[in-house]
Amino acid sequence: MPGSIRGCVLAAITEELAGGARARASRRVPIGLALALAWLLGLVTVAALANVLGLQNPDEGDLLAPLALPSAEHWLGTDSLGRDTFARLIYGARVSLAVAIGSVTIGLSIGGALGLFAGYFGTWADRLIMGVMTVLLCFPGIILAIALVASLGPSVTNVTLAIGVIFIPAFSRIARANTLSLRSREFVLAAQSLGARLPRILTREILPNLIPALLSYAVVMLGVAILAEAALGFLGLSVRPPQPSWGGMIATERANMVEAPHAVFVPSAVMFLTVLSINWIGESVRRLFDIRAQSL
Amino acid sequence: MISSTFARRLRRQAVTLLAIVLAATALTFAITEILPGDAAVAILGETATPADIASLRTELGLDRPLVVRYADWLGRAITGDLGRSYRTREQISVMIGQRLPVTLELVALTQCIALLLAVPAGIFAAYRNRSRSDNALAALSIGLLSTPAFVIGIGLIYALSVSLGWFPASGYSTLEDGLLANLHGMVLPALTLALAEFPVYMRLLRADMITTLQQDFILVARAKGLGVTDILLGHALRPSSLSLVTVIGINLGRLVGGAVIIETLFAIPGIGQMLVNAVYQHDHFVIQGVVLVVATGFVLINLTVDLVYAWLDPRVRVGSDH
Repeated sequence: MPGSIRGCVLAAITEELAGGARARASRRVPIGLALALAWLLGLVTVAALANVLGLQNPDEGDLLAPLALPSAEHWLGTDSLGRDTFARLIYGARVSLAVAIGSVTIGLSIGGALGLFAGYFGTWADRLIMGVMTVLLCFPGIILAIALVASLGPSVTNVTLAIGVIFIPAFSRIARANTLSLRSREFVLAAQSLGARLPRILTREILPNLIPALLSYAVVMLGVAILAEAALGFLGLSVRPPQPSWGGMIATERANMVEAPHAVFVPSAVMFLTVLSINWIGESVRRLFDIRAQSL
Repeated sequence: MISSTFARRLRRQAVTLLAIVLAATALTFAITEILPGDAAVAILGETATPADIASLRTELGLDRPLVVRYADWLGRAITGDLGRSYRTREQISVMIGQRLPVTLELVALTQCIALLLAVPAGIFAAYRNRSRSDNALAALSIGLLSTPAFVIGIGLIYALSVSLGWFPASGYSTLEDGLLANLHGMVLPALTLALAEFPVYMRLLRADMITTLQQDFILVARAKGLGVTDILLGHALRPSSLSLVTVIGINLGRLVGGAVIIETLFAIPGIGQMLVNAVYQHDHFVIQGVVLVVATGFVLINLTVDLVYAWLDPRVRVGSDH
């Protein structure tokens, strides 16, 4: 899974960069993590409260003031139809965040469950499930997502489904690999010999030990999901206009790059900062669990 | 010298990979099947009468069961006949023949640029491990990993073609217009994709290189009095490039996916753009044909990666690690 290679590389870098700072100020929250959390919490809050914040209408613009520069009235300027960029970014954040959380939930729960079964039972179940996953992995993910969204129709739900489906193989591989190493451990044997039933062994003995690996991967995949939604939006396969999405905003406004670069680069920057924050937090989560695993 | 273990492994892999091509094309067949409004509706438009649609469906053979149609398509595909586009009535094999070289050129250029940037950067970062420049490269990598390729592309268009006017912002010149014109148009899209791949390549090489540099034979080389360049390039690079080679291979499939977006952004008539258009137009056989080519390519690449692996690491060739 390309996503996982990128995830690993990312984790390695952030670990190194944050490592030095951690050694110096081990008691305080690292500044990078604090900034990332602040940005993400802020974004989630405004996106959740978008309806009560008294924002301007994201779908209706002042046609007499297209591509305006940032001002007191329009904090981040307007787009080519005179719509307020700030309002559109926040409503677009709703789409991005909903798709990210939804698709990662799908990948995590279905992929995790499949991997757990494949790893625990082995033999033909393993070969069948992992065979299907290998085939799914052979597709360039975006092509599968394009085909799925095109067949289901563009909407938040369908984009979430499509991205969720392409996440399943990666999660199932992680769950399977970890289950394989867990299933013959002493505590599982103990539970088996005490006569614990299958559901109990799977959910109470093995699953809790899968959570750290799956969860830290899930955080990284939130960022990947936002990028994937943006790519679909860029191709016109995310939400239908006029509903704003970050990828869609960038795709429409790139035609006016020469006169109004801010209309393209402000949404790009917001997306960049969001994904960067998620990646940074993902690495912190990973390190948190590593420490726990070591102390056990 | 190739041992029988290795030959057996290759054979087993070839069978697995063949199964993957079959499964991938069958899966696409099933997915395109659920596309709403099948090809008959797409060709005739929304206003067509049910009778017209029914007769066209019979004519196109769409009324037969899915399995029969898949078997039929597969039988023809093996002989090189991928059918015709529902839209343009063009031979799909001809369409792919025209567009595949464009995408291959884009992907090859991308890999070249990515490696040209990543190999020196990775070697340097490993040699100057944890220095200021290593950290700067790391920060750059995180930035690039957090940016979608099309935003990198838009940034490059703004900087290099709108502001500086060095490259065309979009469009494609065929090789008949001259190699230089062709490359001139390809540099920006290839650079865009390359920058998206750069951090992965750079960091992989750096990590393996750091491990290699700590090994005894490097110490021996140093003790013999070899220069830094000799040690880095002559001794350390080859054994450090295993992960890189694997990922370059895996990435070729991914790059075709990335090419879908970048070909749309830069208006390049490659196989990715063809696929996007086919999806928009419900041109089932075109989607099928592209997937077949991409999946087969993926399979061949995986086999090649295995062979290169054996060349790079003698242990794989002899099979002593099994």
